[in-house]
Amino acid sequence: MRSESESKAKEIICIICPVGCRIIVKRDKNSSSGYSVSGNECKKGEAYGIEELTNPTRVLTTTVKIEGALYNRLPVRTDGAIPKDKIFACMKVINRIEVKAPVKVGKVIIENILDTGIHLIASRSMLRSMLRSMLRSIKAS
Amino acid sequence: MKGSDGVKGYDVAVIGGGPAGLAAAIESKKHGAGSICVIERDRELGGILQQCIHNGFGLHIFKEDLTGPEYAERFIDELKELEITCKLDTMVLELSADRHMDIINTYDGFMRIKAEAIILAMGCRERTRGAINIPGTRPAGVFTAGTAQRFINMEGCLVGRKIVMLGTGDIGLIMARRLTLEGAEVKVVLARRGYPGGLMRNVAQCLYDYNIPLLLHHTVVKIMGKERVTGVLIARTDEERKPIPGTEELYDCDTLLLSVGLIPENELSREAGVKLDPVTGGPVVDESMGTSIRGIFACGNVVHVHDLVDYVTDESRRAGRSAAKFVQKSLKEEGLLIKTKPGDGIRYIVPNLIRVDNLDDTLELFMRVSEIYRNARLMVKADDVVIRKVKKMQMAPGEMERIRLDSKILKDREVSVLSVKVEKEGT
Ligand SMILES: Cc1cc2nc3c(=O)[nH]c(=O)nc-3n(C[C@H](O)[C@H](O)[C@H](O)COP(=O)(O)OP(=O)(O)OC[C@H]3O[C@@H](n4cnc5c(N)ncnc54)[C@H](O)[C@@H]3O)c2cc1C
Ligand code: SF4
Repeated sequence: MRSESESKAKEIICIICPVGCRIIVKRDKNSSSGYSVSGNECKKGEAYGIEELTNPTRVLTTTVKIEGALYNRLPVRTDGAIPKDKIFACMKVINRIEVKAPVKVGKVIIENILDTGIHLIASRSMLRSMLRSMLRSIKAS
Repeated sequence: MKGSDGVKGYDVAVIGGGPAGLAAAIESKKHGAGSICVIERDRELGGILQQCIHNGFGLHIFKEDLTGPEYAERFIDELKELEITCKLDTMVLELSADRHMDIINTYDGFMRIKAEAIILAMGCRERTRGAINIPGTRPAGVFTAGTAQRFINMEGCLVGRKIVMLGTGDIGLIMARRLTLEGAEVKVVLARRGYPGGLMRNVAQCLYDYNIPLLLHHTVVKIMGKERVTGVLIARTDEERKPIPGTEELYDCDTLLLSVGLIPENELSREAGVKLDPVTGGPVVDESMGTSIRGIFACGNVVHVHDLVDYVTDESRRAGRSAAKFVQKSLKEEGLLIKTKPGDGIRYIVPNLIRVDNLDDTLELFMRVSEIYRNARLMVKADDVVIRKVKKMQMAPGEMERIRLDSKILKDREVSVLSVKVEKEGT
């Protein structure tokens, strides 16, 4: 798939800012980066276009199960962008995790997820909820 | 403080503890308001942000790419540091023009309070099926995208397995991705117009990334199923967004999600007699975010639906400062008043009125265009004089436009109407 996209021009929507430029990335031996990019309104779009063609990455945001908090789910995110093709594999790992309240925002939930060099962190703080833990202990007994 | 009539009084009371209410309360405190109370009907502060777990918040205000809950937490922490009172799980039932409020919760019961200044920050609600009128049965499995977002992200329940999404607002696009990540199949996303309502970047990173089909010029004409949704009948739409007979197609699904827009939540404002703008659905406001009733201010989605929370924060800080000034009697209530007027291609402008004496160094005008424009200009006129032209590569109804003007331009002359219109390139 990669070799095909390299031979042809590819249209990509830049997701860096709300303008959402449609940019065309082409293989170009004469340019220093090896690619020529057009349609981008700013420099960031050029870098994004090349990156998107060669090594597309995304920040992943989702939730993990949490015990003893006000809600059942704790929102989490990767602290940097991970390769796009690892997103579903990461989701599998994340969906096996369960954490306990309290949690502080920024706490590392999974270190170096799938060897990406990126951590999964809590994206909010959650206190222990007295009510939830009481209900749980009633159920358990 | 209890007043002589036994009613508890505050300098500033804020209705709603979302990003608008938080920023407004913090800013009032910093500008000298004494006692402040934030009233929130939910179990915690943060408003809708607590369910928006995706990133993309805070790029302007913090120069960081935050998720909704992270963005909210920074303000909640600041509110606590400033020791601002908040009443959670508390609903404002009624507001009157003399700035009394009836509130209710499980710990104080029914209570009447009053405030020198009130800030409306109730946010918005989603349009539902009723607002768009889809015929058919009423089985379970029809949700608004925001309700589904709350279920999944906070309670951890997946709303369905096979999903059809009607509407392409940003919340809908983000939910299409979210559901796919959680293992549901989003069969198709339908836009009634020829372009998606949300941002292109969300179409790219939520639909294209996951190969979710997007059908433009399509709508749902019938919902099938007795107890649970079993399918929906979709059809092509004409230029007026009406379904074209004979183009129907059946999609098998167990859930229909609606992402068909937001409306400012203004029951309280209406009952108090606050004048509303028929286009935005929110209060008519001035440069200080003051409404038509003295001492009642408004900010955030209750005024007009924002797509960037950063702009909500800016606007709400202004409302907070104004309320503090009003309490300290330093807000000007007389002097030259300019009206803003949306011209060709502009649906609305906020603020509606500008009292020149209250302006800081710059004036910000927020507006939305009525259709998609490429390579056009926004032209600002003070009466008949063009005072500003802003080039725009692209403008869409789904993206709010902001123009900053140097207040000097307005202070130096006696302007009565400030208008903005879209001018296409080459005209
Ligand atoms: C479902 C949904 C998803 C969204 N997703 C995004 C997004 O991804 N990105 C983005 O930038 N923007 C998003 N928005 C827009 C977002 O709402 C605004 O950016 C921002 O949250 C608006 O802040 P607010 O404080 O005005 O409103 P809100 O966050 O809605 O806060 C209003 C608060 O007022 C409270 N309230 C209302 N009435 C009463 C009453 N009578 N008594 C007491 N309390 C009351 C509510 O409980 C709520 O907490 C979304 C909006 C919705 C509805
Ligand atoms: S190219 Fe620049 S202006 Fe265009 S979307 Fe990307 S970041 Fe925004």
